[in-house]
Amino acid sequence: MATDTTAVAMAMNEMKISPAAAYIEYCKKGQLAYQFCTDDNTAVFYPRVVAPKTGSRNLEWRVSKGLGTVYATTTTTDVKRGNPDYNVALIELEEGFRMMSRVEDIPSTEVKVGMKVKMRMHPGDDKNPPYPVFVPVEGGSK
Amino acid sequence: MSAQTQGLKRGSVAIVGAAEADLGQVVPETTPVDLMAQATLRALDDAGLKLSDVDGVFAAASQLSMASVDICEYLGLQPKYQDSTRIGGSAFMSLLSHAHMALQSGLCSVAMITYGSTQRIMTRAAASPREYNQYESPYRMRSPVGAYALAASRHMAQYGTTRDQIAEVAVSARKWALLNPRAWEKDPLTIEDVKNARPVSTPFTVRDCCLVNDGGGAIIVTTAERAKSLKKPPVYVLGSGECMSHRNITSMADLTVTGAAVSGPQAFKAAGLKPADVDVLGLYDAFTINPILFLEDLGFCPKGEGGRFVEGGRIAPGGALAVNTSGGGLSYCHPGMYGLMILIEQVRQVRGEAGKRQVKDCEIALAHGNGGVLSTQCTALLGSAATV
Repeated sequence: MATDTTAVAMAMNEMKISPAAAYIEYCKKGQLAYQFCTDDNTAVFYPRVVAPKTGSRNLEWRVSKGLGTVYATTTTTDVKRGNPDYNVALIELEEGFRMMSRVEDIPSTEVKVGMKVKMRMHPGDDKNPPYPVFVPVEGGSK
Repeated sequence: MSAQTQGLKRGSVAIVGAAEADLGQVVPETTPVDLMAQATLRALDDAGLKLSDVDGVFAAASQLSMASVDICEYLGLQPKYQDSTRIGGSAFMSLLSHAHMALQSGLCSVAMITYGSTQRIMTRAAASPREYNQYESPYRMRSPVGAYALAASRHMAQYGTTRDQIAEVAVSARKWALLNPRAWEKDPLTIEDVKNARPVSTPFTVRDCCLVNDGGGAIIVTTAERAKSLKKPPVYVLGSGECMSHRNITSMADLTVTGAAVSGPQAFKAAGLKPADVDVLGLYDAFTINPILFLEDLGFCPKGEGGRFVEGGRIAPGGALAVNTSGGGLSYCHPGMYGLMILIEQVRQVRGEAGKRQVKDCEIALAHGNGGVLSTQCTALLGSAATV
């Protein structure tokens, strides 16, 4: 019988789940996950196989409290695709990492640099698995 | 942030030929390689050299993953040395450093650097397919404009930079373009026009964004010794610097400080010059915030003062500092990777060939390239024979 070369190769490989797949698994549970390099006590985002700078493999997964601040923001107009205006923002999480996201529940033009926000998991859509979005801390608890 | 410029000797090589390809919108079915070939032969004519003199080929193109190999096949060249470094629009300043290194090391004796794009006839979506990113794609940031808009939002919040100041960059570029017969834009533009144009990604409207054009160009670089006997006055490479700080905007440490803060000082140190010595600046203006960031980071004004610096026509024709005299990517021509077009304009300024937009007594030119989403920053300082 022919050898299942795919199964043999995969059994010999070190990685059993990719960083992106692990991240998505957390998202499906409603959690925003990041990595923490225990060599230099630094938050790492986006998730990786090895830590930047140290090259360490000592990356542990942690779940963020989801509290952050708007670092930068823009209102996107996309007339061609007929979408209503939407927000794109960079959010600084309290655990010390920054991510791209958007702020919902208020008009995008009211999103300001420095605004306190908290994470809400978006259920995803036909193109994307669940992904984190943010809402203002005040009045954002839907 | 990484750095590289060590070992390049000031003035050991010179740009001896420079030419644009057809610009703006080219005829149907033109390929990027057609434009590279056209520009290369024009640049060789400009230099008084023949195709058979070329033994170093340097090229980059957004539509070609092996640009130097494409142009070598097309022109029937088997050069001693070739390089297709592709790091976005700043690639051509980086390729100039690589050519400098290759010429200085004797790996080749006549180098060509070329670019071509048909992104207008092909559409930008076809010419520059988007890369999927698990951590950014779901948010549908319009790329690259959204990344620059985020940087602008941060600069405005942190330093009080105003919408009018940002718009003034586009207005200044347009005034220069009206002096350049090859510029795409032909009509005057006001701050109000910029602010009231079609919104794209706040604070930017379409008038804050570079043009989507076809085009390309080529420059010819050789050793200082050989340059002296050629047709045109040599434009010497005095110094260069580069810095790659991130790939995705989420990973940019501080959205108000670009790698130009590293590449600029490197180039000035290598050239033995300071900002006050520069007669003309070419700053990659993919979006209106760019020249503001680069004027700060390259040392022409303090951090946070860029918005106030450009007010009152300071970088427009007749202003205190000549910036983007071609009309820039905003109003002259932006064929996708614009860095080479900056080098061509700076060569013309140093030679005194810039017609109505010529800067008086122009001896030293700065060319600053930007690539990706403020990701790759490369600075070159060029000078006339009087500067070496």
